[in-house]
Amino acid sequence: MSHALAFIETSASGEVRNTAAMLIAAASQLGTPVAVVVAAPGNGEALTAQLGALGAAQVYVAETDQAGGLLVAPQVAALEAASAALHPSAIVLAHSIDGREIAGRLAVRLHTGLLVDVVEVRADGDVVIATHSVFGGAFTVEAIVPGSGPAIVTVRQGAIETRIDAATPTLTTEPVTVDPTSAAAIDAFHDAAVATDRPELRGATRVVSGGRGLGSQANFALVEQLADALGAAVGASRAAVDAGYVPQTSQVGQTGITVSPQLYVALGISGAIQHRAGMQTAKTIVAINKDAEAPIFDIADFGIVGDVFTVVPQLIEALGKRAD
Amino acid sequence: MKIIVLVKQVPDTWGERTLNTVTGQLDRAASDAVIDEIDERALEVALQYKDANDAEVIALSMGPSSVTEVLRKSLAMGADSALHVKDDALSGSDLSRTAAVLAAAITKSGFDLVIAGNEATDGRGGVIPAMIAEHLGVPSMTYLDSAEFAADRISGVRGDEHGTVAVHAMLPAVISVTEASAEPRFPNFKGIMKAKKKPLDVWTLADLGLDGSGFAPSTEVTSTTERPARTAGTKIVDTGNAGNELAEFLAAGRLI
Repeated sequence: MSHALAFIETSASGEVRNTAAMLIAAASQLGTPVAVVVAAPGNGEALTAQLGALGAAQVYVAETDQAGGLLVAPQVAALEAASAALHPSAIVLAHSIDGREIAGRLAVRLHTGLLVDVVEVRADGDVVIATHSVFGGAFTVEAIVPGSGPAIVTVRQGAIETRIDAATPTLTTEPVTVDPTSAAAIDAFHDAAVATDRPELRGATRVVSGGRGLGSQANFALVEQLADALGAAVGASRAAVDAGYVPQTSQVGQTGITVSPQLYVALGISGAIQHRAGMQTAKTIVAINKDAEAPIFDIADFGIVGDVFTVVPQLIEALGKRAD
Repeated sequence: MKIIVLVKQVPDTWGERTLNTVTGQLDRAASDAVIDEIDERALEVALQYKDANDAEVIALSMGPSSVTEVLRKSLAMGADSALHVKDDALSGSDLSRTAAVLAAAITKSGFDLVIAGNEATDGRGGVIPAMIAEHLGVPSMTYLDSAEFAADRISGVRGDEHGTVAVHAMLPAVISVTEASAEPRFPNFKGIMKAKKKPLDVWTLADLGLDGSGFAPSTEVTSTTERPARTAGTKIVDTGNAGNELAEFLAAGRLI
């Protein structure tokens, strides 16, 4: 079986990002999973143990002092070197901000095809078949990379839930150096403090979103209260973001995040196509809106025509009673 | 400073958007085509610099004849000139071909800085700017929430999933900007009138020294299927007990 590389992102201080398990599992569906990681010299052993626990059969550490100083260039060089050494059939990255930039550059450098924002991968022999969810899940598109080069695939964060068993990986360490004048430089990192213990919106299994119907930033707290009662992530419609109730990072929809949770609760959201495209693949959709004609009811499994400010508190109380 | 802004014509996100399930391509007739709103922000970033400094701003787009409309809008907003790469051989281009062709046009035009939107609202890929930068052999900084210009460099703040990163790159460079970057101006009447007289050049693949037959597809769509439309389920009008009924529904579905 050929190799499949999983690119592992790390924080500025070298900690493995939480997309690693998904990427190693995805790579294992395409070949022998090799975790490729860029690290400061001497950190390879610790990373090998961590990535082995996630199922990597081999860990390829590209050692460099440039990792925190240059934007994506050392990562691209590491994957270029690992690809030349291991001739993989696929290189899998997260469809993250960094992952996209690394994958884009790598595809051009290796003269090979790039499949982005993929939600599922499988192999047919050495051919990688990637599934895309297009226009908010309205269309499912399968695509391949014909030809001999490795398929470069970015996987939507949270899309692949399969995990694989731990392995005892072999460790390969190679130095990597890039010309600093050809790359953008990193001046400082500011990792945001995690202010809440709510689940992250991307990949959340339950999401409660609020729209313009909440009426104000203060009233938006109702969305958060229900989210906490359900153990859900908090989302918002574009109208609520534009009105300033919540930051843009919470926006669900065509120009925001696409979610595909088990349960999606829409509060005071009319359900413009703009919003529906970001959540219509949810397994169960619940909507509460005053307007009986709101289009959100066309796709809701359970719709309530009513005032969120009376229905939601009653729901939270009922949930509390059930939990007791 | 010579700034090229990439603009893309996309189906309006406020309307229904469809793929042709036979060809796998966008059904352009099924929805209104508009300039991607993120590209208006990219153009605004360039125009704000031009407002206060000596700069030439060129809007570049690739696509069929209808793309003229988005380029005219870019000119009306304040771009100095526009470039339209148009060739029938480009129909159905994938990411790799799109990046290669745009990079060839940028090279032919000459540039100090390329500004793009972080990701188009239709494809949502967000990889084209980095691919173009690799073709051009210059630094890239994608997903900038803000960008500051100096004569020889661009610095900015890049938001990612974990926080922010302060970055800078020497020119020439490629950047992409997010929704947080700038509020686009509206073209005024004077701008719209002036736009009619501004140069809008059309380049074919031959003009770029590229041969349409020379592109092997680097990716291939093997199937396109439409998801069955969702149907409405239970809909009740709250008469005082809807919250409790919803709790019942969630419990019955094992969702709590």
